[in-house]
Amino acid sequence: MATTALGGDARSAARETGAGWILRFDAVERVVHWTNAVLFAVLVFTGAALYFSPLIALIGRRSLVEEIHLYIGLFLPVPLLLALSGRWGRALRRDLRRFNRWSETDRRWLRSAFRGQSERDYVRRRLSLGKFNAGQKINAAFTVGAALVMLGTGSLLRWYRPFPLSWRAGSTFVHNWLALFFVIVIAGHVLMALTHPAVLRSMLFGRISRRWADDHAPGWVDELVLEEADATEERSGPKPTVPAAPRGTDAETGGLA
Amino acid sequence: MSRDPLDWAPGSEHGTGPDPEDDPAPLAARAAREKPVGRRVVLGMLGVGALGIAFGENVQNGISRLLSPLGGSGLASLVPGNGGFVLYTITAGYPAPPPHYRLTVSGMVQRPLNLTVDDLKALPATYLTHDFQCVTGWKVDNVHWTGVRLTDLAEHAGAHPKATAFEFASFDGLYTESLTMDQARQSGAIVAYSMLGGPVSQEHGGPIRLYVPGMFGYKSIKWLSNINLVEDFVPGYWEQNGYPINAWISGHPPTKSA
Repeated sequence: MATTALGGDARSAARETGAGWILRFDAVERVVHWTNAVLFAVLVFTGAALYFSPLIALIGRRSLVEEIHLYIGLFLPVPLLLALSGRWGRALRRDLRRFNRWSETDRRWLRSAFRGQSERDYVRRRLSLGKFNAGQKINAAFTVGAALVMLGTGSLLRWYRPFPLSWRAGSTFVHNWLALFFVIVIAGHVLMALTHPAVLRSMLFGRISRRWADDHAPGWVDELVLEEADATEERSGPKPTVPAAPRGTDAETGGLA
Repeated sequence: MSRDPLDWAPGSEHGTGPDPEDDPAPLAARAAREKPVGRRVVLGMLGVGALGIAFGENVQNGISRLLSPLGGSGLASLVPGNGGFVLYTITAGYPAPPPHYRLTVSGMVQRPLNLTVDDLKALPATYLTHDFQCVTGWKVDNVHWTGVRLTDLAEHAGAHPKATAFEFASFDGLYTESLTMDQARQSGAIVAYSMLGGPVSQEHGGPIRLYVPGMFGYKSIKWLSNINLVEDFVPGYWEQNGYPINAWISGHPPTKSA
């Protein structure tokens, strides 16, 4: 495939932050990620201190811990919503679209995930896996869904007066079991980060090596190449409304950029 | 697969092989086939969450019955609805009784009492086997309780006829509770010195705690140090923090009252 290496003028495009490096997460995405990480840590810790008897014995101060847990929980969506709400959230909005949309490649990757390393390698290289794999997409969707359910059940536990008492018991049931499952999923996420240091560094400093991207996310590299081609075209003159002769179909790729 | 008109890169070999795996679909075509699975996962979880709110109580009761042999201690207390107590405290840790601990009965009584645990044990005992239901959703079935009926204790102290409510204080220095005389009678509340087949332990509120059958657990004040007979009901600690004054689990007093 021609797109496995950025050629000529494309190499100079803004997406590359240096020789052989690509920006994976911009500053806004990184700040939101680490803010969420801290908020989640506080929620897990205060939640455990409300729920797990040995920790209750150690921490006590139930009403204070409750207040912290409640208000941090209510605040949790704020950083993400703030980041999404302005011009600064362009990269984040784009990545959320990437998380949302599943291609046939993602479905194949997911099936291959249960069939060993060589099958996974085959899928990601030959089927040109995008910026995020299906595992990362599931993790992202689960995290959003679980956070919303925790927010809903948690609010119901606090403001239960208008509702039947059985809803409160039901909310306790959902909140407790999902919290347990959520902690396991977060632990898995942290484990994956620690065992993939290059990826973890990209969440700390933003960039990842071009070699990594070619190897793990060739479809993402394809996207960047197409964008750069568009950007180059825009720089070199007004975009023709009618496709020009030699590269006549380029205008149609604008829908991707 | 036919050659795609969007095939951009010069010298690309797209569209030459019959096997679609050797011919990754061009980006635009692939994008068109993408499905919003992420959104479906999120919406599905919201749906399951709503079902859990509506029917989770029944499911949890079933799980609790299955897990009850674990007893809910140690690591088993991590499992939601394990059938064990979750040992709450509003101060830092579980308070130890002060030296020379006494349970005092004061207020509108003819004979204020100043009781050691042994003094309390010398009074006529009441034995109960009853569930402990927390307002936050967990429940322990068939707990054995031993103690002195609150109304008996009031009688023993010579309660004034105008005393219509009890005020309870804990030696944790913060927790308070209150019951009306009617509620004490209807519930059969006891001042307990034994539960779960032994003395009330420190984390369960020992040496002496209240147990109010039929009411949520926050009524059953732990680390009890003073019972004050008063004219008017005064809301307790959690009731001042938003918990309902009406703590009957069923919403109303039992119909076959004692």
